[in-house]
Amino acid sequence: MMVYLQLLWSYIKIGLFGFGGGYAMLSLIESEIVKHGDTPWWGISEVTFTDIVAISQMTPGPIGINSATYIGYVVPTQAEHSGVIFGILGSLLCTFAVVLPPFLLVMYTSHFISRHKDSPAIKGIFAGLRPVVVGLIASAALLLMNGDNFGTTPTELTVSIALCLAAFLTVRFTKIHPIAVIAASGLAGFITYYLIL
Amino acid sequence: MNIYIQLLLTFFKIGAFTFGGGWAMISIIEKEIVDKHGWLKREEFLDLLAIAQAMPGILAVNISVVVGDRLKGAKGSIASAMGTILPSFLIILFIAIFLTPDTIKNNEVISSIFKGIRPAVVALIIAPVLTSAKSAGITWRTVAIPTAVALLIFSGWPVVSNPIIYIILGGLTGYIIYTRKAATEARKRKESGL
Repeated sequence: MMVYLQLLWSYIKIGLFGFGGGYAMLSLIESEIVKHGDTPWWGISEVTFTDIVAISQMTPGPIGINSATYIGYVVPTQAEHSGVIFGILGSLLCTFAVVLPPFLLVMYTSHFISRHKDSPAIKGIFAGLRPVVVGLIASAALLLMNGDNFGTTPTELTVSIALCLAAFLTVRFTKIHPIAVIAASGLAGFITYYLIL
Repeated sequence: MNIYIQLLLTFFKIGAFTFGGGWAMISIIEKEIVDKHGWLKREEFLDLLAIAQAMPGILAVNISVVVGDRLKGAKGSIASAMGTILPSFLIILFIAIFLTPDTIKNNEVISSIFKGIRPAVVALIIAPVLTSAKSAGITWRTVAIPTAVALLIFSGWPVVSNPIIYIILGGLTGYIIYTRKAATEARKRKESGL
């Protein structure tokens, strides 16, 4: 029961403060969900979080929904309850929680916002949020650059850094779709770690 | 066909076939709502988009809520939001049932694939740092703000590593600066007018 309440509360916060799009939201999801690392049954590590981002990139739909559904399923089944039904319950709960605050805000404040959207107050809030959003995305990237994701042996590290760099240059300087980049790096991982090593 | 079912199906289609969410979805939503169904005029849609952007949460869900609300009120917005959410919910639920963290860890083939994918995912998050910095107009003078935010969150120290603090601080600072500036300008205009 406790686990559902914690998930509900975390995802309400994520929905309420999730400004600046999916990547900025990652920082919130990390701080709300992954940082429970000291709670052993919680079971969402940095690695699992990175995998969720990868799965989100390869499937349709916004990352906010994707992560809520996956984490909502995994956390209860790893915690006190096993069984598909507890997972589905968690998925429903988290997805509901992440859309509820913006849903209510849109329903009840959109007239106010549309009337005042050119006011100094609203403009100021968003001007102030912009540099913060950049920092949020950067923090998500920083937190994921660790030994769990990049490996610890010299070989793993070399391969990982090469893949990271190649992926970065590809998405930055070509029009190749991120899905293709993920697929290619997955193939590279399969060849290096399964076939060769 | 019932308008609610039409809204649900339209947004379901958009949710099922757009990868990446956010802006990728917006242009397709615009095509469906404005060009194909003619439910809204383009200017109306752009106004609604501005509202959806001003709200926290998932942009694609927000825009479906405002569009549904404008067309058919609360029921319309629930139908549209359900349409946007359902495809990714069902797909991810299916994946979660069969691809749990334990499966990824213990299956040698899957784990080798994910070991290759993880560094690339990090790269996919570094890339938008640069593009968002550019669109936020970050210069060498203001780069200290996002840097400090990122490092403090990264530090893992209690309280200061919580991103919510910076969202509130950023919004509040912008609010104070802009409303004060507007007040001073209004006063100046009044004085020079006298």
